Amino acid sequence: MSHVSTSLIPPQEPPPAPPRPFTAGRFFGNVFMGVWLALTIGIFLMLVEGWDPEKFTRYGPNYLSGLGVTLTLVGLSVVLGAVLSLPLAFARMSKNPVFSWFSYGYVYFFRGTPLLTQLFLIYYGLGSFSAELKAWGLWWFFRDAWNCALLTFTLNTAAYQAEILRGAIESVPRGQHEGAAALGLPKKIAFFKVILPQALIVALRPYGNEIILMIKGSAIVAIITVFDLMGETRRAFSRTFDYQAYLWAALLYLIIVELLRNVWAWLEARLTRHLKR
Amino acid sequence: MSGFFTAIVEAVTAALGIVDPLCGPVGIFTLFAGDTLLACGDTGWGDEIALGFLVTGSLALATLPVGLLFGFFIALAKQSEERSLRLSANIYTTLFRGLPELLTLFIVYYGLQILVQNAATAIGYQGTVEINAFFAGMIALGVVFSAYCSEVLLSAFKAIPRGQYEAGHALGLHRGRTMQRIILPQLVRIALPGLGNLWMALLKDTALVSVIGLPDILRQTGVAARVTKQAFEFYAIACLLFLILAFLSSLIFSSIERWAKRSEAAR
Repeated sequence: MSHVSTSLIPPQEPPPAPPRPFTAGRFFGNVFMGVWLALTIGIFLMLVEGWDPEKFTRYGPNYLSGLGVTLTLVGLSVVLGAVLSLPLAFARMSKNPVFSWFSYGYVYFFRGTPLLTQLFLIYYGLGSFSAELKAWGLWWFFRDAWNCALLTFTLNTAAYQAEILRGAIESVPRGQHEGAAALGLPKKIAFFKVILPQALIVALRPYGNEIILMIKGSAIVAIITVFDLMGETRRAFSRTFDYQAYLWAALLYLIIVELLRNVWAWLEARLTRHLKR
Repeated sequence: MSGFFTAIVEAVTAALGIVDPLCGPVGIFTLFAGDTLLACGDTGWGDEIALGFLVTGSLALATLPVGLLFGFFIALAKQSEERSLRLSANIYTTLFRGLPELLTLFIVYYGLQILVQNAATAIGYQGTVEINAFFAGMIALGVVFSAYCSEVLLSAFKAIPRGQYEAGHALGLHRGRTMQRIILPQLVRIALPGLGNLWMALLKDTALVSVIGLPDILRQTGVAARVTKQAFEFYAIACLLFLILAFLSSLIFSSIERWAKRSEAAR
């Protein structure tokens, strides 16, 4: 047994990893990252080079007030739209064909036409009926572009939210209704305590998307002379002809949308933590 | 060559003139609005609005293939093994899904103008450069569409099991062939509803291009509304035309969906 070696070979280093192949994907990835980097640096240099404290003190507060107008408009219209969407969603689900067809038509109209067209229809279109509106004492409302924008956005988001709500309520399985009925719960309590909480969890993500869409869509009120963030941007651009005006607005919009998106992701994770497995 | 193109354009225009749904010989405006403000010709606004209808439709149709193609490649980039490729694709979508479409349009329109102007000055061209509003609109809408489209396609890609790729590999198909013959047909089927929604959004976003001066439905009806002082009627017509477009596309999409599902087993 002399030829059995008694000493073991000491542990060796693993062989070196083969070099990563330089694939087409890697090439394009590097190129695109380079493009983004160059754009970022270019925009940064543009902002630094064109930095003008005088312009900043002059237009900075305008941007903030514009941001306030945007957020107020969107916040108010989303809340009012949520209120209006309740009867619409129930009308759509009702067995009465008159209600259900009315709601269907409403939703089809507001989802099938551009927000901008709806805004023009209400602001300029109803404006041509100023004599009638004055006679009814409603002219003070429709005279103001901000009110018209609020009305349009409310009606528009109500249509979208009604669809979200209807989809969410119909996504709750029948067994839940039957279970509540078997427990002897009245229909109303069953709806508020059993159906709605489950439906709202389903609706959470679409609601977040809808708010983001409204924030982005609200930029069009600048066209009917409401000075929201976009309106202030256009005003600053038309006075200075400085391209930076748009870049600052883009930055602000991106920050709001990303903030909202992250808050929503956190909210969703928090509210659905009992569903995690 | 240019004569050839002119001939094609003329032929297409003539063909469209016959089947023109609004102002042709059997058009809606010609038949039902002969002596109203919507008449075609010099007495009414029918032909202007018909042009707007055509512009809106062609802008959306021209944007669609560009957006689809870019969206497809971005979706591929997002599921690449290469980190830098994934990251750059994600930056793209975050950027263009977060910006308002109107702002993207302005940034593209004025930004392109500045870029082209600077480039023209650099090579010694003196004079102002005008960017075509149709082109700017196509780029801006295409960019937004591709960002959303990549998300839809990515989730469709994720719905296709790995085994499908492996089966293609086992059959000895090339990677491109696997994509073309096995993955794409299933991808289309899964992604169609999402793409249909995106098409509707695109159709509605074309209205924004009226702001930079393209004579689309909204701009033409807006001009008519300002001249005739009958704003409500004309904007209502604009809404109606968009509704018609939406209705037509929903019909077309449902038939495409039926076509895509023709070989699917009945459940």
